[in-house]
Amino acid sequence: MSNAPKPAIAPPYPGFIGNAIVWIDARFPLVQLYKTQVGEYYAPKNFNIWYYFGALATLILVMQIVTGIFLTMNYKPDAKFAFASVEYIMRDVSWGWLIRYMHSTGASMFFLVVYLHMMRGLMYGSYRKPRELLWIFGCMIYLALMAEAFFGYLLPWGQMSYWGAQVIINLFGAIPVIGEDLAVWIRGDFSISDATLNRFFAFHVIALPLVLLGLVAAHLVALHEVGSNNPDGIEINKNPDPNTGTPRDGIPFHPYYTVKDTFGVVVFLGVFTAIVFFAPEMGGYFLEAPNFIQADPLKTPEHIAPVWYFTPFYAMLRAVPSMFGSQFPGVAVMGAATLILFTLPWLDRGKVKSVRYRGPIYKRFLTAFVISFIILGYLGVVPTTVWGQLSKSLPLIGGADVATIVARVLTVVYFAFFFLMPWYTKVDKEKPEPERVTF
Amino acid sequence: MTAIVLNQVDPKKRRFLIAASSVVGAGAAAAVAVPFVASMLPSARAVAAGAPVPVDLNKIEPGQLLIVEFRGAPHWVIKRTPEMVAQLSKHDALLADAQSASSKQPDYAKNASRSIKPELFVARGVCTHLGCSPTFRKEIGAADLGSDWPGGFFCPCHQSKFDMSGRVFAGMPAPTNLAIPPYKFVSDTSILIGDDSKGA
Amino acid sequence: MKTAMKLLLASLSFAVVSAFASGGAEVHLDSAPINLKDTASLQRGAKTFINYCLNCHNAQFMRYSHLTQIGLTEQQIKDNLLFTTDKFGDTMVSALDPADAKDWFGGVPPDLTLSARVRGSDWLYTYLRGFYRDDASTTGWNNTVFKNVAMPHVLHDLQGTQAMGKVGEKRGHDGKMEPVMKLGLDRAGSMSPGDYDRTIADLVNYMTYMAEPARAQRTQLGVLVLFFLAIAFFVTLWLKHEYWKDVK
Repeated sequence: MSNAPKPAIAPPYPGFIGNAIVWIDARFPLVQLYKTQVGEYYAPKNFNIWYYFGALATLILVMQIVTGIFLTMNYKPDAKFAFASVEYIMRDVSWGWLIRYMHSTGASMFFLVVYLHMMRGLMYGSYRKPRELLWIFGCMIYLALMAEAFFGYLLPWGQMSYWGAQVIINLFGAIPVIGEDLAVWIRGDFSISDATLNRFFAFHVIALPLVLLGLVAAHLVALHEVGSNNPDGIEINKNPDPNTGTPRDGIPFHPYYTVKDTFGVVVFLGVFTAIVFFAPEMGGYFLEAPNFIQADPLKTPEHIAPVWYFTPFYAMLRAVPSMFGSQFPGVAVMGAATLILFTLPWLDRGKVKSVRYRGPIYKRFLTAFVISFIILGYLGVVPTTVWGQLSKSLPLIGGADVATIVARVLTVVYFAFFFLMPWYTKVDKEKPEPERVTF
Repeated sequence: MTAIVLNQVDPKKRRFLIAASSVVGAGAAAAVAVPFVASMLPSARAVAAGAPVPVDLNKIEPGQLLIVEFRGAPHWVIKRTPEMVAQLSKHDALLADAQSASSKQPDYAKNASRSIKPELFVARGVCTHLGCSPTFRKEIGAADLGSDWPGGFFCPCHQSKFDMSGRVFAGMPAPTNLAIPPYKFVSDTSILIGDDSKGA
Repeated sequence: MKTAMKLLLASLSFAVVSAFASGGAEVHLDSAPINLKDTASLQRGAKTFINYCLNCHNAQFMRYSHLTQIGLTEQQIKDNLLFTTDKFGDTMVSALDPADAKDWFGGVPPDLTLSARVRGSDWLYTYLRGFYRDDASTTGWNNTVFKNVAMPHVLHDLQGTQAMGKVGEKRGHDGKMEPVMKLGLDRAGSMSPGDYDRTIADLVNYMTYMAEPARAQRTQLGVLVLFFLAIAFFVTLWLKHEYWKDVK
């Protein structure tokens, strides 16, 4: 925006409110902001159910911030008092239990919604030109979210908090040469301790939320700059109305998508509150039973697993055998599994964006990718012995846990989706895209 | 042709639906606000810590002041001597609210001695001006407080003066008399501050 | 992309179903008859808890004053349940000195406030009924769900003494014959087995309440909230439908 004088707007409403808007608009680009971001932001009219999750993620972000603020009013980031302060919130603070359950359920739902949101991007090619940067901001949000969740999970100072953090921080210890020192630096002590808890609290309640908010703002600005993709993967801007100049397949975000998203929010809240009020532990997946025991540095729980949203990567970590006396390869694979998402815009050589017009090979790869991600997620929750062992008489892999072998195969499938993408998207027999969106 | 065709709009119906949704939304917002606001009230722990405080009167000499903590504030228990009690009715002219009409106290302490039994004075030792705790100045006619000083309390923060039943002098920064907390006699020699319920 | 959605749902439900299926414990647990609305049962359970468990264990996050939630009055709590030195707003802390506990039991007995959330109500219900005589163990007691537990059977006066006896044989997974063991009452206690089970049911009911005092309120409120959201569902659906008539 230039600082050249702009003409005063006409009052949009009669009376005081209209005059107030005129007054503000002379000093702040209120009307323009509203128009570009909401009122005259034209979105494709053919959004389907997959397009609810962006708005829902925003809702959850707000909810996590608000409940988080209220939790910090009573939580104590001190190894002596942290566990007790959470129970204090659950019992002694009026409605503390509700605020805490909203926050713990919100964390899991955040990941569920974000995974579905990413799945949408994958299916309809929302990462493709001109949305590469939008996708990269999204991947950064995902990484920041994982860090945020990891730091937050230590705060209740239960057994799972403690030993989960122990395991994850030791991953950094596996990095060659600097690993040990790095782990000590992260913890601020030789084991997880009060110092670790205190700094994780700082990261969880201020550092990462700031990063997240900034990234979300960038994600939205980038989205509104290039416009939304849609299930057909075609650009609605290529088809403007000759009279108005607006896209012929686009509709103003407000009121059409505000009312639609409002409906989506109500449906989501139905699921969300059902969990909060009737199953806040979600069978031990959202709140794990060992986390109701205060952290004990001298006693590891019988079976430790990360919270469900980390388990696909955890399963990959366990699947990779240690090599040359180091567990670093597993850590590297796990890191690569998240970082490889960034490269997606440049791996895809297809002419069409949407899965609707992709060829059969792509569809098979995508299906295999999604299924492997989900089964890896399951394998990360359970002990590696869950499916028994292979017969000892087999060559090479004889005697190995079945689940480990499956996890190895699925890890390969996961990476094959990315590494082979330049090939299979190029040779695939795609269908022609339509001129206009299907509605 | 654009995607939006507005020839079938029923503005009345839309206004109704927007109003209905707004009512539902406002109801939800209000309902959600309740737990968040309520969570900032004193917790069960604070309530437990603010439980009534028993005071053993045998520990107090006549003319002496005992400070007890109740809900984080100093509370005074004074065994007034007969002279102190007699003094109370002699300086009504100096006081802003001699009858305690606009001051805070339980009904059973709305009298000249501002107490259940005149010889025992219980008060919240917090100045009604800005919350400092006044000092106990029982010496009559103290040099720094003037020859007409009847004995009482003097607030070091903004120089408010109170008499021996916590009544504020006229023209002081403090607007009302010191507050009297609810209390009751459990026996002749012990009281309970913070609880005046009848029964056991 | 209907097929993708179907596949996603199918694999998700696979993961969820198998995840829950794998959660089954190896020892059979009896189902505890939990009813958090039965205040009489909760009150009996509280009494048993305070009279027996609290001698050695703490419930350091549970306040006596919270017992008003299960229908007791302040006076009843003060008269019947409080130790003389405790105040109404205090948390439930045992008189047992942790140093003594280390000497006597080799460790401090765990805090019980949250045990129903850690172990589960069914586990507690089975555990408290599963003590039997075992001369090989240091305390003279063993337990069906907690092998070689350090805690002696505190309630044996009530339950009596159980013993583990062989009642038959069955073929195991590897084809060998394995003995089938079963608990039997050797010496009767002051309660009949039925009364003892009911006492433990009350106790576990109370411990379930204590692990999450807000649970009853939570589910009650949940029904209201879902009812409200059901109304909001139809209102917002109608609103959306009305506006989307414009979109051609």
